[in-house]
Amino acid sequence: MGNRFITFFIVAVGFLILSVPMWAHHGNASYETGKVVTVKGEVTEWFWANPHCLLKFDEKADNGRVRHWVGETQAPANMIDAGWNKNSFKPGDQVTVDIRPAKTGNFGAITRVVFADGRELSAQRSNGVGTDLYKK
Amino acid sequence: MLNRIMVLIVGLMAVLTLSSSAFAQTARQSPTVGDQKPAPAPRHDISGTWTPANGPGGAIQAGGVAAMPNDGKPEHQLPYTPYGLETYKSHKALEGKDAVAPAFFNDPRDKCEPLGFPRMNHYNLRMTQILQDEFKVALMYEYDRRYRVVWTDGRDMPKLVDGGVQLGRGWGPDSGHVREQRFYGYSVGKWVDDTTLVVETVGTMPEDRVWLDSTGRPISDQIHVTETFHRVDHDHLEWTEMINDPKIYTKPWLTMNILMVLADLHTDVMEMYCSPVEMEKYYQSYGNAVSGVDSK
Repeated sequence: MGNRFITFFIVAVGFLILSVPMWAHHGNASYETGKVVTVKGEVTEWFWANPHCLLKFDEKADNGRVRHWVGETQAPANMIDAGWNKNSFKPGDQVTVDIRPAKTGNFGAITRVVFADGRELSAQRSNGVGTDLYKK
Repeated sequence: MLNRIMVLIVGLMAVLTLSSSAFAQTARQSPTVGDQKPAPAPRHDISGTWTPANGPGGAIQAGGVAAMPNDGKPEHQLPYTPYGLETYKSHKALEGKDAVAPAFFNDPRDKCEPLGFPRMNHYNLRMTQILQDEFKVALMYEYDRRYRVVWTDGRDMPKLVDGGVQLGRGWGPDSGHVREQRFYGYSVGKWVDDTTLVVETVGTMPEDRVWLDSTGRPISDQIHVTETFHRVDHDHLEWTEMINDPKIYTKPWLTMNILMVLADLHTDVMEMYCSPVEMEKYYQSYGNAVSGVDSK
């Protein structure tokens, strides 16, 4: 019971933090408030650039169809200290992505990526004002 | 006798050379490490690589200028003139309480236009390198690798005139002439005590070219910016900014008061740029789609 309460409390605080507009380039107007989904997929492109890095990956849906996703992170200057770099991903990498979905389409703000071998890249430690956006 | 004189001359030259190089080397100190108390501030010296004291991303100011975020709180309402408010409403910003979705902005920044001044102080203010000599102080910003020059050689502060500035004494061949508005204006600084440099800036671009911050707050070419750089001790620099823009605001107000900390002397500052090519790809791949705009 105690653990459940703590979990609820952490999630609730996280949602409150997520609702504050904190992107360096743009605000939160395009995002679902307080929602994070987990998507498994295969990387097709990693775009290390300003104003935001983009990770493109394909999810294999249950019906066998492929769903194309595009997730954004903060700018390279924010991500570098959190361990991300230009070579963080290559096409074909199998990844599990926690993403805060946009209101339209398969787009969103990436909060965390886990590789098939268990390695993890977190956006929570990025040094931007958007840092809190990635907290869960 | 001749040999003695030669030896004396060589000896004197060696002493002079050694003493000048020794002086140059002791002029720079690394920041204090651990719990040691920082050394006192050096006199008339704000040079160094400075980073926001509350973390590398602590002065991005995405939500509006540091001292007055655009969050809708009553205490953060600005003293707009009617024209200032009208101008603010015409701005479609990606940040702040009136933010629009990425595809519907009209922020000059998103076309990679120069941010101008004082917005340069309010957009991704990160590591800032300050270099100085006896004539001037140069501020080199991390974002877009832009720089400003502040003259400290005693020249006159320019006077605002229609469409530009009238330069007074000390501006070399430009003295006495009217010169054009510039994105980063005309800055003159004066040491008011051993550790405080006050910088005045005028002659910046009009309201259709520059914004104050990322939330769409406006400024005009009538703005007069006063910055104070106070070196608290060797390792810390207080950077404040006050603006007076009677065309946009009914009274002066404080926009920024940020504490910077000295970085390691060997710090290599990362590149952070605005690339039109990358910006276009961002909007085609992402920004337009999340805004509900078909970019195909």
